[in-house]
Amino acid sequence: MEAVWDFLRHVHDAYGVNLVHFYDGFERGRMLRGMWTTLQLATLCILLSVVIGIVGAWVQGSRSRLLRAVVQGYIQFFRNTPPLVQMYFFYFALGPMMPRVENEYGIPQPILGSFEWAMLSLSFFAGAFNVEIFRSGVEAVQKATVEAAESLGFSRWQIYREVVLPLAVRVCLPALNNNLVNLAKTTTQAYAIAVPETLFVASQIWSDRINVFEMMVTLLTFYLLLVGAFVWLMGRLERALRVPGFGK
Amino acid sequence: MSTWTPEQPIVAIADVHKSFGKVDVLKGVSMDVRKGEVVCIIGPSGSGKSTLLRCVNALVPIDRGSIRVEGQEVHDPAVDKLELRKKVGMVFQQYNLFPHKTALENIMMAPVMVLKRPKAEVEAQARQLMRKVRLDGKEDAYPGELSGGQQQRVAIARSLAMQPDVMLFDEVTAALDPETVKEVLVTIRELAEDGMTCMIVTHEMGFAREIGDEIYFTDRGVIVEHGPPATFFTEARDPRTRAFLSQIL
Ligand SMILES: Nc1ncnc2c1ncn2[C@@H]1O[C@H](COP(=O)(O)OP(=O)(O)OP(=O)(O)O)[C@@H](O)[C@H]1O
Ligand SMILES: [Mg+2]
Repeated sequence: MEAVWDFLRHVHDAYGVNLVHFYDGFERGRMLRGMWTTLQLATLCILLSVVIGIVGAWVQGSRSRLLRAVVQGYIQFFRNTPPLVQMYFFYFALGPMMPRVENEYGIPQPILGSFEWAMLSLSFFAGAFNVEIFRSGVEAVQKATVEAAESLGFSRWQIYREVVLPLAVRVCLPALNNNLVNLAKTTTQAYAIAVPETLFVASQIWSDRINVFEMMVTLLTFYLLLVGAFVWLMGRLERALRVPGFGK
Repeated sequence: MSTWTPEQPIVAIADVHKSFGKVDVLKGVSMDVRKGEVVCIIGPSGSGKSTLLRCVNALVPIDRGSIRVEGQEVHDPAVDKLELRKKVGMVFQQYNLFPHKTALENIMMAPVMVLKRPKAEVEAQARQLMRKVRLDGKEDAYPGELSGGQQQRVAIARSLAMQPDVMLFDEVTAALDPETVKEVLVTIRELAEDGMTCMIVTHEMGFAREIGDEIYFTDRGVIVEHGPPATFFTEARDPRTRAFLSQIL
């Protein structure tokens, strides 16, 4: 590894291509921690937003008009307002209202930090779309199939969990895929509330080291790889869910 | 709670009315089915046959009248639908198997999830049912890999796995090609011979005649007439019945 860093140092000296965020141990550490933060943020947001989508689509099929209206209101709010404003709202408007807890030095600090707020706001944002996506899948499930489950004595939740959802997921996976890819990319927005994710640390590094172009290329490559890996995983999931003789 | 005894009708339908919006689908239907009896319901399309069956297991609520299964009022709001559906199995025209589950899983799901029976025991029973409907070897096939007739027999096995007291069959051979109709009818006949109480909506007159203890003819939401096959097919009194029979036979 040292040899590689030496080589990059040489490239910098000889050709002016500044990859200091690789060969310098301190900058490398910053960048890797940023990437790790992005990875955590994206993973948690994806999971949480999918849970929101599944539960929301279930509630939309409930008999209670009040519950359905709540979900509808949630969807309208998060779909029709800018995600950055939502994040500001969560962090700057809701954040200060939250109770404070003492940290290990006895200093009071907010119960939720910027990372948690970013996670929540992005999950709610993508979750609103996921509800709609899952609902379209649910609507594609044949009523007769549901009726068969009913006639066998399945409860409403069992029907959803065992019959409707597994069939709906297979239908809506492509749309879900798109939304989750968007979500993974939108995690860069956490920059705006100073979550030390990849874009945030990158901008710190390029201000300190004046290597904007090299940093940008690194950044874009990182997201290409991240999203590429995610798409590959989803492709595997899609294959794993494929049922012989179904959905031709 | 119910004081039902096996001598009383296992399904007692009395003056049932049902409409969908402005359409009156059932207009005062009454029918008694005794334990072990096989009742065949025939009649023109749209006469309300499917709706009647669906009322019996509470898939559709009724507007007026009463339906009792083993003495228990089906449309009592306080009725335990689960208890009802344990007693009444239903097989549909379009099979309605769960397409993402194998044949064996289709059969096992309800006993495991609804009746909470141990999985190993249910699996043994499911394999036995697969043999009974002559589909051993197809346990791991998905519905999409089975023919219509095979799917329908899995659907029958799936209902039987709940060990119901009454089976409802709604035109279960109507979507099948003529060669596979027979294999499904054989399965149903064996069931009937084992003493299962059956309510069968069918267009197969030969089958109804052979298997039915009582034939009901419905038209526009009413039962026009009924009787045992020996007399029903030869001595139908009502002109509507005669017209229908002459068309179809
Ligand atoms: N859920 C529903 N909503 C509205 N109308 C319905 C519904 N179900 C059935 N109907 C109507 O009720 C009438 C009777 O339908 P049903 O399916 O019971 O007839 P059927 O005797 O089974 O006919 P077929 O032989 O074609 O199956 C039809 O006119 C149908 O359009
Ligand atoms: Mg019908």
